[in-house]
Amino acid sequence: MSTRQTRVLGRVLTAPSVGLLFVWMIVPLAMTIYFSTLRYNLLNPGTEDFIGLENYVYFLTDPAFLASLRNTLVLVGSVLLITVVLGTGVALLIDQPIFGRNIVRLLVIAPFFVMPTVSALVWKNLLMHPVSGLFAWIATSLGLRPIDWFAEMPLFSIILIVSWQWLPFASLILLTALQSLDEEQKEAAEMDGAKAFSTFFYITLPHLARPITVVILIETIFLLTVFAEIFVTTGGGPGLQTTNIAFLIYSQALIQYDVGGASAGGLVAVVLANIVAMFLVRMVGKNLET
Amino acid sequence: MARRTTTTHAVVSTGAAWLVGLIIFFPILWMILASFKTELEAFATPPSFLFFEWTTENYGIVQERSDYMHHAMNSLTIAGGSVLIAMLFAIPAAYAMAFAPTERTRGTLLWMLSTKMMPPVGVLVPIYLVFRDLGLLDTRTGLIIVLCLGNLPIVIWMLFTYFKEIPKDILEAARMDGATILKELAFVLTPMAVPGIASTLLLNFILAWNEAFWTLNLSTSNAAPLTVFIASYSSPEGLFWAKLSAASTLAIAPILILGWFSQKQLVRGLTFGAVK
Amino acid sequence: MGSITLDGVRKTFGSVNVIPNVNLEIDDGSFVVFVGPSGCGKSTLLRLIAGLEDISDGRILIDGRDVTNVPPAKRGLSMVFQSYALYPHMSVRGNIGFGLKMAGLPKAEIDRKVEGAASILNLTPYLDRKPRELSGGQRQRVAIGRAIVREPEGFLFDEPLSNLDAALRVNMRLEIAKLQKDLATTAVYVTHDQVEAMTMADKIVVLNAGNVEQYGTPLELYERPANLFVAGFIGSPRMNFIGGRIASAHGAATIGIRPEHLRVAREEGGQGEGWSGVISVAEHLGSDTFLYVDAGEAGTLTARVIGELGLNEGGRVTLKPDPAHIHRFDQTGKAIRP
Ligand SMILES: Nc1ncnc2c1ncn2[C@@H]1O[C@H](COP(=O)(O)OP(=O)(O)OP(=O)(O)O)[C@@H](O)[C@H]1O
Ligand SMILES: [Mg+2]
Repeated sequence: MSTRQTRVLGRVLTAPSVGLLFVWMIVPLAMTIYFSTLRYNLLNPGTEDFIGLENYVYFLTDPAFLASLRNTLVLVGSVLLITVVLGTGVALLIDQPIFGRNIVRLLVIAPFFVMPTVSALVWKNLLMHPVSGLFAWIATSLGLRPIDWFAEMPLFSIILIVSWQWLPFASLILLTALQSLDEEQKEAAEMDGAKAFSTFFYITLPHLARPITVVILIETIFLLTVFAEIFVTTGGGPGLQTTNIAFLIYSQALIQYDVGGASAGGLVAVVLANIVAMFLVRMVGKNLET
Repeated sequence: MARRTTTTHAVVSTGAAWLVGLIIFFPILWMILASFKTELEAFATPPSFLFFEWTTENYGIVQERSDYMHHAMNSLTIAGGSVLIAMLFAIPAAYAMAFAPTERTRGTLLWMLSTKMMPPVGVLVPIYLVFRDLGLLDTRTGLIIVLCLGNLPIVIWMLFTYFKEIPKDILEAARMDGATILKELAFVLTPMAVPGIASTLLLNFILAWNEAFWTLNLSTSNAAPLTVFIASYSSPEGLFWAKLSAASTLAIAPILILGWFSQKQLVRGLTFGAVK
Repeated sequence: MGSITLDGVRKTFGSVNVIPNVNLEIDDGSFVVFVGPSGCGKSTLLRLIAGLEDISDGRILIDGRDVTNVPPAKRGLSMVFQSYALYPHMSVRGNIGFGLKMAGLPKAEIDRKVEGAASILNLTPYLDRKPRELSGGQRQRVAIGRAIVREPEGFLFDEPLSNLDAALRVNMRLEIAKLQKDLATTAVYVTHDQVEAMTMADKIVVLNAGNVEQYGTPLELYERPANLFVAGFIGSPRMNFIGGRIASAHGAATIGIRPEHLRVAREEGGQGEGWSGVISVAEHLGSDTFLYVDAGEAGTLTARVIGELGLNEGGRVTLKPDPAHIHRFDQTGKAIRP
């Protein structure tokens, strides 16, 4: 179905979307690059000077950057580990012949639909509060000392909340993948005398390799910019303990009004995300037929 | 499951799966319960699970005293508006890419995907400044624009994968029958793609409803959707848990229900067809 | 009224030359069938005529009018697709009437024409059903109804019967042929089924790798194949080809004899040319018997015998060609005709 007419038409119909996305991507990015070379603070307007790469030097050597980079990596890494491992478990469990599978599925998927501000506040107040939270009560009932989560292990608390939000995503995708695994393949393996464990390691796990990669890549993209959960619980503190790169840039821009510094930071974030995005795009591209 | 399964196996895995499901769901359940408690009870230790004085007064108070409806309307307008506008741009684009692909189509699609990968913090500063200068801060229009553009790649992608499944023959038949492009879109493609279009709408509505980076940074009160409204409960410690729970329950209930309907499409929409 | 002329038509997809150069004259009211092996470009050629693809070079004329740059709907052709391509969300009535609706005809006239077409095709009871509620044969009829209702100058069919079971196929084959004669509308029909080609066509176009190997009536193709390709392609079972010394004796590089033109004799020798050998396989179809004979220098030959001769594997026979039906081909595969 391709004639000159349809091809021309195709361009005409795609042009608006392409144009919009191009502007949406290029203009702000160009401005970010431009701002990142300026000394530009909204509190001292009219004093913008070109300072080259000074913002980058400043941003990259700032101890806050190193701390937030570390926090970002710990956050992303831990959430990935937790969600992929638990997600595989949950998916395998739901893939069993269980009664009421659809309802269980619904229960598992639910957290994904909860807006980040709600989940953060519910966890913070109703569950993790050191005095009246449910966890505190459980600890006391067991004769343990209740944990003051956000004071004693703030980053871990955030990791817990974010993992809860993303576990459904990993579970659902891995479950979908499991269900597409040919039942006959498993049966053949069984006929060959494979035990449950070897079936898992030699058949199921290799089959999951690809979806797990997809989960890792997509989650990474989103996890690199976790924001609302930190915003409503710790505000990046105590100190810098829960400041990730996204939050650091936010506070530079909208709290300290340091446009130049925040822009330099923004570009660093773009570069980090692009490294991951490259792998993802390549992977998606491989099985895309147009 | 055609494989032989013992009853014990079924019972054990059913039990385990339900346990896991309930644990994962528990925070939501706990929140819903808290929304029916009085503030005192919500804060009490030991907590009461079911045997407390059930009350719906929190819902009333949330409605009356805070501008809950105002923010809910904002959420609805922003999420709905951004998705509908995105659809307007995406349907023609996805149609063209699915049915009149050129050598460049593949590259275009992947490029669109990569714009979605850009971290919003990377462009927070310029967007904020542009919005400030254009007077778009804390307006619904501003948020609609940002969320529309942010979701456009996903919308196009999802529609593209749905359109791909419609046999080309049928559109060619319409062309032989003398349908112009607009008529082809209106009478043939769109009716056939209704399920796909509906799921795309639904999923992207959910994503927009829950979006909490741009909404937190670009709105404060006037245009603030529920994400921002709920965030305002973060400051006063402990006093308003039951009301927070009631407001939260209201904020997530519709989405949870819509979401449960769209869970199948979720995988497709969020993995860009990389997992089937 | 509806003659179709292809003048130096060429089509390339990227760097692949799918149709190198086709010249073809399809007479008004005739039924022309494109046959050829899979991938030879039959569908492509049909779609070029339809206007669903642009030609890379050359011209297409319908009724003398140059339609090379005319969009599909304005060429006055209608098409029946292999998959039927019915609009799943429309009723049979909606499907058949869609083209008329697009042409902006008044509702009453659309109804009248749709009902007319439906009664020709015995679809009247199903007018308000959706395609998914119809059988394969009924869907096929709807697709045909959609094509005839617009009273086009020509019909294009792309393997319309390939999704039907064998019995239905024979029925529809007859119906389409009859309908075409009644309407006296030009038809171009793509198939890779020889029987369809031979029974339906006024003229057959044999395509090979995008080239027209021969264009003629079914009998011409059968009796006077222009070259080895056509000779081998038309006729079932396939024509026997013999090369070497035997062919040289006939003054040819290759000679061909159809299985039905080999007389089977039990005795050795006898008058005239003959090749004896051992039956390796005998296929008994009841009405016919196909014998596959290892005939030494002549190679493995297929012979077709009417009825049952009581011949079986291992038996020795002599195959005697009918001298009037020996086809001779030169080095390049072209037929040598006296
Ligand atoms: N859009 C296209 N792009 C590239 N090559 C194509 C395209 N359409 C067809 N071809 C190629 O052109 C050749 C002819 O295809 P066509 O569909 O016309 O064959 P056909 O004779 O109809 O075969 P069949 O009997 O299997 O339907 C094939 O080699 C095919 O791969
Ligand atoms: Mg074909």
